[in-house]
Amino acid sequence: MKIHEYQAKEILRKYNVAVPNGILVSNKSEAAAAAKKIGTPVVVVKAQIHAGGRGKGGGVKLAKSPQEAEKYTDDIIGMTLVTTQTGPEGRLVKKVLIEEGMSIAKELYMGILVDRETSQVLIMASEAGGMEIEEVAATTPERIIKETVDPLIGVQPFLARKIAFALNIEGAALKAVIPFIINLYDAFVKEDCSMLEINPLVITSDDRVLALDAKVDIDDNAMYRHKETQEYRDLDEEDPSEVEASKFHLNYIKLDGNIGCMVNGAGLAMGTMDIIKLSGGEPANFLDVGGGADEEMIENGFRIILSDPAVKGIFINIFGGILRCDILARGVVAATKKLKIKIPVVVRMEGTNMEEGHQILKDSGLNFAIGNGMKDGAQKVVKAIK
Amino acid sequence: MSILVDENTRLITQGITGREGMFHTEQSMKYGTHVVGGVTPGKGGQKVLGNVPVFNTVQDAVNKTKANATMIFVPPPFAADAILEAANAGIELIICITEGIPVSDMVNVYKYLKGTNSRLVGPNCPGVISPGKAKIGIMPAHIHKKGSVGIISRSGTLTYEAVGQLTALGIGQSTCVGIGGDPIIGTRFIDVLELFQKDRGTKAICMIGEIGGTAEDEAAYYIKKHVTKPVVGFIAGQTAPPGRRMGHAGAIISGGQGTAEEKMKIMKRCGIKVVKSPADLGKTIQKAL
Repeated sequence: MKIHEYQAKEILRKYNVAVPNGILVSNKSEAAAAAKKIGTPVVVVKAQIHAGGRGKGGGVKLAKSPQEAEKYTDDIIGMTLVTTQTGPEGRLVKKVLIEEGMSIAKELYMGILVDRETSQVLIMASEAGGMEIEEVAATTPERIIKETVDPLIGVQPFLARKIAFALNIEGAALKAVIPFIINLYDAFVKEDCSMLEINPLVITSDDRVLALDAKVDIDDNAMYRHKETQEYRDLDEEDPSEVEASKFHLNYIKLDGNIGCMVNGAGLAMGTMDIIKLSGGEPANFLDVGGGADEEMIENGFRIILSDPAVKGIFINIFGGILRCDILARGVVAATKKLKIKIPVVVRMEGTNMEEGHQILKDSGLNFAIGNGMKDGAQKVVKAIK
Repeated sequence: MSILVDENTRLITQGITGREGMFHTEQSMKYGTHVVGGVTPGKGGQKVLGNVPVFNTVQDAVNKTKANATMIFVPPPFAADAILEAANAGIELIICITEGIPVSDMVNVYKYLKGTNSRLVGPNCPGVISPGKAKIGIMPAHIHKKGSVGIISRSGTLTYEAVGQLTALGIGQSTCVGIGGDPIIGTRFIDVLELFQKDRGTKAICMIGEIGGTAEDEAAYYIKKHVTKPVVGFIAGQTAPPGRRMGHAGAIISGGQGTAEEKMKIMKRCGIKVVKSPADLGKTIQKAL
């Protein structure tokens, strides 16, 4: 689950990771009051959306007075912010974070993630702060420091020192950065983050060490043990049809094409999208109904696929294992009748109780096309919508 | 021959008294798997499915039944603990079906297993089947046929698709291994490739990957160096958009890494016969044999 910058900073504060003083506001009068309360000569006004790249898109401004903070807040709130990560449709900004300005001596990068290569937690750091880390990795990989953490001992002072020296941090800042790294790792583990990125991590001219920005993703699988973090979910940042699907435990992702897909299993669902494309069509979605789909789930799946007005045809591709084809067929027939589906539906079923499933489709009196294998099914649906 | 599971497998099920655990244990028994017991804490002493004894701890089960393999159906919050318990009791093969285990739990599990002799398959996987011998997992048994193609896959139903195509062509399988769709898994492509290369009963290998991570790339380089048997490969998610997790926790293209295109390119370069369409897996393996 993605969360906002101000929420990420709330989490970091709990673990004594230094972050700038900041106040979240949702209108201009609150902004002026917040700027006064923070009291630094300069404050930063930062749009709160889930996507990165906000600065370039005009979502981050430096205000030299409470009046300016008020003005920028008014400009930013209500704007549709388009960044490299939002896609062309952008995101509506509803809240901004007003933060203290500071004199920055050094900008660094620090990220913590689960490294799939080692299956362990990896701390990455770089002196190339403020830049996209992927870009640094691609152009100057030698500028990235990597340290794998042994979960048995966590981040010990020696490891934090090793990273700090490699980043050429010295003097009073060196003393501050060691607990910073230790606490950051603590937050990562205890809050079940799947990614924690501080970019930039700044050292101020008076040797303070702070997380100037913070990006945190929480492991969805661990949400059950973080009731407080669940409150952070912002449904406005998610696709409404995906939110709807998640209510029914359906795994749905909207895409740009016009052929709706309903499949059991994530791998087969991706494979189905691929074969539609290879057959000259464009998939409208990824939808995994899982192994335990029943009639109700299938109906909900149909409804979600059809909520996308671009969908001109539907391809159902099921390899019945635990999910029996007869149950699927009954669900498809019931949903087609109930939702009065008019667009072409191609069904490809294989596996458990396949013959019974086909018989049910045939006896329904509805006009389903049957795919003989996934290739044939894909070709039939592509042809049907042309 | 086959790998990992066969007629010498002595299986227990952790979470045997749950709905899923019970159902799939029964299915495995029907297939001929030697099921020697089950574990559900607090339900020790019961018998289920006719004469299968339930134990409170894996250690009890091992002591009484000489179990050497376990199939885990324990719910996600307790699954990591179940894996650790199995390893602690000396179980050689741990197959974890459970989907949705927190990654941080798996970080610890992975580290602990390194110091033991246990092998973990999964989590979030369909399991392992050696057709005609034994099945541990949730795959539909009837689509399989005994033979000489080894299958390794990150995906469940896509594996069934490949198996279905092979069986329809009259080609059987030595062992099918679902390694799971999570970012941290106990057994990787490379581990299974090594076993298939050594197995005299396996004549060709089918490898089914997905977007996300670099496991397929590592596997491809390994194949080039160490595998002399023909390998056919497919990567699901050629049409997947970056930054979106496609169902499996591990299936996400991030930072330009883990795209299907890149993986397929590396696999081809390493001598793997890569198919663009999953519908061509069966035919291509037939030709390779």
